[in-house]
Amino acid sequence: MSKTIAEKILSEHAGRGLVAGDISVVDVDVVMAQDGTGPLAVSQIKKMGFSKVANPDKSIFFIDHGAPSPRKELADSHKILREFASESGARLSDINQGVCHQILVESYVCPGNIVIGADSHTCTSGALGAFATGMGSTDIAVGFALSKTWLMVPQTIRVNYNGRLPAGVYAKDLIIYLIGKITADGATYKALEFGGEVVPALGMEERFTISNMAVEAGAKTGLFATDNTTRLYLEQQGRKPDCYREIYPDAGAKYELVLDIDCSALEPVISKPHTVDNTVFVSDIEKIKIDQVLIGTCTNGRLSDLALAAKILEGRKIAPWVRLLVVPASRSVYLDAIRAGIVEKLIESGATIINPGCGPCVGVHEGTLADGEVCLSTQNRNFKGRMGNPESFIYLSSPATAAWSAVKGYISDPREVLV
Amino acid sequence: MGNSGKKDPGILKGRAFKFGDDISTDLIAPGRYFHLRSNLPELAKHVLEDADPEFAKKVKNGDFVVGGRNFGLGSSREHAPTIIKLAGAGAVLAKSFARIFFRNSINIGLPVLVCDTDKIDEGDALNIDLRNGIIKDITKDIDLKFNPLPEVMIKILSDGGLVEHITRNKGFNL
Repeated sequence: MSKTIAEKILSEHAGRGLVAGDISVVDVDVVMAQDGTGPLAVSQIKKMGFSKVANPDKSIFFIDHGAPSPRKELADSHKILREFASESGARLSDINQGVCHQILVESYVCPGNIVIGADSHTCTSGALGAFATGMGSTDIAVGFALSKTWLMVPQTIRVNYNGRLPAGVYAKDLIIYLIGKITADGATYKALEFGGEVVPALGMEERFTISNMAVEAGAKTGLFATDNTTRLYLEQQGRKPDCYREIYPDAGAKYELVLDIDCSALEPVISKPHTVDNTVFVSDIEKIKIDQVLIGTCTNGRLSDLALAAKILEGRKIAPWVRLLVVPASRSVYLDAIRAGIVEKLIESGATIINPGCGPCVGVHEGTLADGEVCLSTQNRNFKGRMGNPESFIYLSSPATAAWSAVKGYISDPREVLV
Repeated sequence: MGNSGKKDPGILKGRAFKFGDDISTDLIAPGRYFHLRSNLPELAKHVLEDADPEFAKKVKNGDFVVGGRNFGLGSSREHAPTIIKLAGAGAVLAKSFARIFFRNSINIGLPVLVCDTDKIDEGDALNIDLRNGIIKDITKDIDLKFNPLPEVMIKILSDGGLVEHITRNKGFNL
């Protein structure tokens, strides 16, 4: 029977043919938690009477949400994770490494894997053709202990991005446009499978941006078929040759819905406060003065994102009333950006570079907003209070829109400078 | 906690606290209290604070959180349903739930019920019959039905949560 990517991967792991709607216990390949969810997972593992993790090489605790620790309580949480990783055999990714989702795609996930993580943006790895999904601490505790979980095979919504990408329109615009169209719960419990004419030309980093935000439409995961771009990316990360394999949906696979989007008609998109699906073309937005710009995070903190921002900011200064924060997604991205001269250009324009991690996006530290302040961010969420203050306002955009807006001091259309 | 003092554990009784659509995990367990995740009773004092600053003070044991569409969207933080339960709520009712919040609630033993919450108003007295899937709105004298849970979730809930399910069965038995 013809299968979607989700049905294929879950069937392989269950050892029997599964179709959408089936429920099965499956073996998992990669399990992770971070410093906000890990301590609770550790206490649940201990409560179940386990002291070791089942698959140490693919069990990882990440310290990224408050890295380095902004206060005593988090320092205590970090200590719990370091000690448990050491006792249980799990891997620890400490404060100098970066955001969990980026490290996972650089070093752990292979196409065809099942990946479960105690972080909602675990779906990022779906871009590598892996069934990757977020769960809570207790589900992840069981994953660490048994290397198994239970899953319902989701229905799939196929999204075809057709046509050609106009100048100034990027992967971020593609995904927030989609979420605006299907709404924040338009794909709840379902898998999104991305394809169409523009996908072969999308780099791996752009695909990560799209898969990262699948959960913002409620989806369980956001999948891409693998291709030569996937293979080359894994090679560049120094992964073993057998990591790569072909993953693709069968011809005739059954989709709950097929959405065709004509990218040629798109413009740069903004999500307005306080939901991701509150979208508008930047050309249609009223004049909005901004206090802070954030470029980075697990959504848009990769090398191509920083390079694009630097291209726009080179030889320019940010508006005097704007604070521009740049957060590379990982140590490896940071090093590459330094070697390519990108970091120098960003700093010369007025940017403040922050240690790779999640801090400002999740309201933990490094960039909390004041009452009434406005931030334009390349992150994935603009919920009320997300950046630490419920009296502030968060808009979402691509790195190009964010960089040009930092120069202008108002939310601005990047096509003014790119065209 | 919850309704442990009541005679029939299958019947929940309490008042409704109404919330709107898209109640995110940032509204339930704000990121600015990230450091309190290791101190859940303290974090529970701030539950739903950014949606209703008075909620944590007003809620009594057994009361219900009643939301609209897509309740619990956002983060995977299990602390969100945990502090709703710790604050005393006996169940969460909503028109629909975000996936991770729903799964987390079952894992920690907090009933999450899908029903037409437009019919319920703030302060309504509710009796919920978990076994028969009926919510009786005493204030309005109407009955509402809620969707039954999938069989695997009923097994986990009836074992008392996922940790208890795994411990009792020495692994999954779904």
